[in-house]
Amino acid sequence: MNNFKILMNGIVKENPTFVLLLGMCPTLGTTSSAINGMGMGLATLFVLICSNVVISSIKKLIPDMVRIPAFIVVIASFVTLLQMIMQAYVPALYATLGLFIPLIVVNCILLGRAEAFAAKNGPLPSFFDGLGMGLGFTIALTVLGGVREFLGTGKLFNIAIMPEQYGMLIFVLAPGAFIALGYLIAIVNKLKKA
Amino acid sequence: MEYILIFITAIFVNNVVLSQFLGICPFLGVSKKVETATGMGAAVAFVLTIATIVTYLIQKFVLDAFGLAYLQTIAFILVIAALVQMVEIILKKVSPALYQALGVFLPLITTNCCILGVAILVIQKNFDLLTGVVYAFSTAIGFALALVLFAGIREQLSLVNIPKGMQGMAIALVTAGLLAMAFMGFSGVDKGLGVLFGIE
Repeated sequence: MNNFKILMNGIVKENPTFVLLLGMCPTLGTTSSAINGMGMGLATLFVLICSNVVISSIKKLIPDMVRIPAFIVVIASFVTLLQMIMQAYVPALYATLGLFIPLIVVNCILLGRAEAFAAKNGPLPSFFDGLGMGLGFTIALTVLGGVREFLGTGKLFNIAIMPEQYGMLIFVLAPGAFIALGYLIAIVNKLKKA
Repeated sequence: MEYILIFITAIFVNNVVLSQFLGICPFLGVSKKVETATGMGAAVAFVLTIATIVTYLIQKFVLDAFGLAYLQTIAFILVIAALVQMVEIILKKVSPALYQALGVFLPLITTNCCILGVAILVIQKNFDLLTGVVYAFSTAIGFALALVLFAGIREQLSLVNIPKGMQGMAIALVTAGLLAMAFMGFSGVDKGLGVLFGIE
């Protein structure tokens, strides 16, 4: 498989959110607007690429018995790094995403890709796998955030499109997250069959 | 009184799954039958309470004492993973009956984000140990309640005709949305109770 194929596999065919249904907590919890969704997606993308590359480089040094804890330590280190970087350069976004930044550690996408891809392939394909999966996740979160923001407030990326009174507040609140994602998955299912 | 308020708020008003979005994976994954949902709920309640105590002590006596607060994420996730393993081993020895009931769910709990989430929240909110434990336990009850209710609805759903595209996860998510809407009816209850008990 060439690198371009690996990249597209993560974005389209095995999209972590719409097809594999992994990492649902940040997907639902941080997508109250398109910007927030994109921020969370990019944060995960960063950790995913770094952890994939590092894990595939050191996979020969890790005994098979303790590989899962070792993977978690690598992922947790990068999450801590990300926390410090975000706190320093984008404090507003860091405050909005809040608890979900440290919770990237327990996002199943990261451990899943480490175990399923990085532990079996070299650093370069692992980089593209991380990039593809991360972009797939980012696109899904941005779309979901955009749908919720547009239906909820009539805005898109903070630019008013519809007059404010057309907003259905429920889509910004908790139930809207579940309902919007449910219908998006239904649409993806329909497209997949066609 | 304060503890009763925390208890009710954590279960109904700020339900961990339906309004804080923690622990969605088991919420969607093991909610096809009421029986397994109850088992998972009990296992989470057990581990969450113990994990909160242990992580709280580690934060206060190791991380804070030596100025290592930036290692919080790494330390907590390793402690939780080790703790789950230990609970599994101890349960197997001490209470085989309980192990039989909870055993299959225990390994899944390490990656349940509500354990790490609540452990971090307790530190962030500056609770003392007892308040933290009450908060963790009530959160777990809230998780179990949402899970069992949702499983009950999904058992009924499996008997009805659903349009093709909506089958599986899509209809489950919409259902969860309606359940979350029902729980929104409790918003404001915490403020009313606070006034009633004379807190704030």
